[in-house]
Amino acid sequence: NEKNVVPTAVKINLINMLSETGLQVIEATSFVSPKWVPQMADHTEVMQGINKLPGISYPVLTPNLKGFQAAVAAGAKEVSIFGAASELFTKKNINCSIEESLERFDEVMAAARAASIPVRGYVSCVLGCPYEGKISAAKVAEVSKKMYSMGCYEISLGDTIGIGTPGSMKEMLTAVMKEVPVGALAVHCHDTYGQALANILVALQMGVSVVDASVAGLGGCPYAQGASGNVATEDLVYMLNGLGIHTGVDLQKLMDTGTFICNALNRRTNSKVSQASCRL
Amino acid sequence: MGTVPSALKHCLSYQHLLKEQLWIGEPAAPPPAESQASGLPEYIKIVEVGPRDGLQNEKVIVPTDIKIELINRLSKTGLPAIEVTSFVSSKWVPQMADHKEVMRGIERHPGVQYPVLTPNLQGFHSAVSIAAGATEVSVFGAASESFSKMNINCSIEESIEKFEEIAKSARNMDIPVRGYVSCALGCPYEGNIIPAKVAEVSKRLYSMGCYEISLGDTIGVGTPGSMKRMLEAVMKEIPLSALAVHCHDTYGQALANILTAIQMGVAVVDSSVAGLGGCPYAKGATGNVATEDVIYMLNGLGINTGVNLYTVMETGNFICTALNKKTNSKVAQASFNTGTIH
Repeated sequence: NEKNVVPTAVKINLINMLSETGLQVIEATSFVSPKWVPQMADHTEVMQGINKLPGISYPVLTPNLKGFQAAVAAGAKEVSIFGAASELFTKKNINCSIEESLERFDEVMAAARAASIPVRGYVSCVLGCPYEGKISAAKVAEVSKKMYSMGCYEISLGDTIGIGTPGSMKEMLTAVMKEVPVGALAVHCHDTYGQALANILVALQMGVSVVDASVAGLGGCPYAQGASGNVATEDLVYMLNGLGIHTGVDLQKLMDTGTFICNALNRRTNSKVSQASCRL
Repeated sequence: MGTVPSALKHCLSYQHLLKEQLWIGEPAAPPPAESQASGLPEYIKIVEVGPRDGLQNEKVIVPTDIKIELINRLSKTGLPAIEVTSFVSSKWVPQMADHKEVMRGIERHPGVQYPVLTPNLQGFHSAVSIAAGATEVSVFGAASESFSKMNINCSIEESIEKFEEIAKSARNMDIPVRGYVSCALGCPYEGNIIPAKVAEVSKRLYSMGCYEISLGDTIGVGTPGSMKRMLEAVMKEIPLSALAVHCHDTYGQALANILTAIQMGVAVVDSSVAGLGGCPYAKGATGNVATEDVIYMLNGLGINTGVNLYTVMETGNFICTALNKKTNSKVAQASFNTGTIH
């Protein structure tokens, strides 16, 4: 979700630096057609170019069987698939219904099972959709349950447009936790309306212990021009440190990595912790 | 995540999206059972500090008529309290030199409080004089000796003595006094601040007659962890109903800290329209939390504030245009297509 296409060497360096911070999972790339996502065209080079440290997982996105096969050939040991809790979002994004999208993933799941490759499932629009507006918690629970039953070991619930608040987060998680064990849940909050950390706090209070974040808050929001997207990993780690929750992540190394990628992209960081710590 | 859509123009407009979610526009009548069951207050009073704390920390000197218009617009949003200005020497704070003109120029809406800062007895007398007509004042203490020394050149004890003089005069005139405690979660000079110290200073201010104590995370270093520990200590000395939190968003923690506070029963929150006011201790960093973002969160929690988010956003847009700066409110950034006002 960054406008400039990033050179392969920079991507590899970014991932290598992230590998040194203590992070245990780093989503490396996406095996999607370069026609749709030019930024990810170098997926094979990236997968083959990065240092794969022991104990760290480098999942990649695989939107279909073809992508899955290419990913495995490139050395991927974990993959992710993307569902959505909104019919309209699914239609606009991949031109089919939710049901059809999950059927397409059946092939990927079968192949992954055969190759003993873990699959992470994402559900988009869990707290609101840019096309449909309000999304019912029951629908999120239904889609999550389907993906979990298909064999995803973890379901990452994404507030795709960052519109959620602690109120809607709580309501949504309450519904999902009836269908999927909390140990298999993750939250993927966007900070477009500044609610991310508050939403994550509520999720933690409800027992969720996996949180997605993006170094320097990389990635804008394609649905709200000029707005921010992903929550910054630095800001998340700062909060977790303050709560006495162990993450294994070295905040200083993380900030250094954020500084590196922002310099390379010639952009300002979206992390407030980084902004506050800058002495320049 | 996922594929970037090509159908951006088919997205719901922000008005539609947010209106539908009942998170914007007229204060929605929240289902009272919902917020009560969750243990959260049904109603939260927002104290708008933009015109004072916000503008004081903006570099550009704002013309008096702009300040007056800002406050008049804020008066129409439903905000119950708007901190207008500071009766401090213009030598120290040039931005607030026009305090008398601002006080005389603003509309006073019924049901809205217009507190002003009074750092000493001289400032107090000036504020409550017929010329200015203040009907509520605020005093600023700190939980850090170093901060007190650097900021107002005296010890905490000496500052408390000064405030006691103000409180006494205020009591004689039936003028309510609000007490602030700075550095409640950390100090730019001392670093860590112990909760017991915050409780001690809060108790002194409350005992002298301050009706409300606003606990300020002056440099925004606090997290839900330190907020909880600090509030637990203070709540032993001060009734919950007399507490407010004043969180800075310098490290992005403000909303999470405010959420923690309201989960503990705090029902008064300070904020600044458009997140006006940087941080004097961290160059280029942000300061006050944006009122728009706070209200967005409270609306989503079904908590009543009496404030119309649309009108606050419009006011934020007005002052940012006047100051030629970008808003610090993420809600505003996401809602106005242009994002920047340049």
